[in-house]
Amino acid sequence: MATNAESGAAAAHGPLYQFEIQRIVPIEIGGLDVSFTNSALFMVLAFVVVTLFLTTGVKSRALVPGRLQSMAELSYEFIANMIRDNVGNEGRKFFPIIFTLFMFILFGNLLGLIPYSFTFTSHIIVTGAMALAVFFFVTMVGLMRHGLHFFSFFVPSGVPSVMLVLMVPIEILSYLSRPVSLSIRLFANMMAGHTMLKVFAGFVVPLGAATFGVGGLLPIAMDIALIAFELLVAFLQAYVFTVLTCLYLNDAIHLH
Amino acid sequence: MTDRKPPLDDFDARLRAARERQNQPHGKDGDGPANPQSGLGFAMRIGVEMVSALVVGVGIGWLLDRWLGTAPWLLVVFLFLGMAAGVMNVFRATSGLGSQVGYRPYDGENADRDSGRERD
Repeated sequence: MATNAESGAAAAHGPLYQFEIQRIVPIEIGGLDVSFTNSALFMVLAFVVVTLFLTTGVKSRALVPGRLQSMAELSYEFIANMIRDNVGNEGRKFFPIIFTLFMFILFGNLLGLIPYSFTFTSHIIVTGAMALAVFFFVTMVGLMRHGLHFFSFFVPSGVPSVMLVLMVPIEILSYLSRPVSLSIRLFANMMAGHTMLKVFAGFVVPLGAATFGVGGLLPIAMDIALIAFELLVAFLQAYVFTVLTCLYLNDAIHLH
Repeated sequence: MTDRKPPLDDFDARLRAARERQNQPHGKDGDGPANPQSGLGFAMRIGVEMVSALVVGVGIGWLLDRWLGTAPWLLVVFLFLGMAAGVMNVFRATSGLGSQVGYRPYDGENADRDSGRERD
């Protein structure tokens, strides 16, 4: 424990220090560490910011929307269209959960881009929990809609019965790989991007000191470009996570 | 301008037509707003798709081996199954943007895709 803290302090400026979990309010219930950490703080922050953004956005209820209201309406329409395009009309009743997922991930990614903040989507435990929730939710929807017929999902049609011995395990593995790919994609993208930002930022002072300040501009320029790219990635990963949720939902609803 | 304005009793019909259009399941009308990003988003999906199936295969094989005590054999079997599943994931994802990682019959999917292309 002490060595851990020491190495953390020593690596205070290392590129991976930003991902360290810090206990803000240590809580322990029945031997379980349920402390309020910086990760939890930023989840709460994301929730609060999303709620404020949407409630203040639509408060004026103007026919011609202002800036904030049109942003709120844009995000609503974006997800509504995504569901309609990917799931169809039956997907409409799942709008709340998909919209919540999208906004939570998007604001988690975006809040993480603010300097000195924490990106909770860069931890696989967080993305993994979300991906598993999606996985079980979609499986439940499939089971409730189709009953045991749902398992015909794993039997590809038009395959000779000898091959089924091979195909069914492959299909099941492919199905089970969904939450893994969903969680790894989000966490790896966020972690790689943030590490890269820090690595380049770490070059600024040494390079600047060696070349009388001129060389320091290069990594700064690189970081500016990377920040723009990270903004894109932050949006794109939230989009990919939700669009895949929609596609999985579509598979579960329109079972063939 | 003013004489081209449609009469009001036409409004119901137009409203119904608009609703119909909105409720269409796979209405890829005018390459929706999501399309410019979806190319890059799609590219980002593909690599992970392959690896994750392999990871799941190896994980299941290893756990089953530990449980049944059949040292390396199930791990080897599930390693190859995982590879196959990974390739299949990628194949499914790339064989049609509209029908990723689906488990529908292949010919049905093809017909769906073709009709979609004709509309575009």
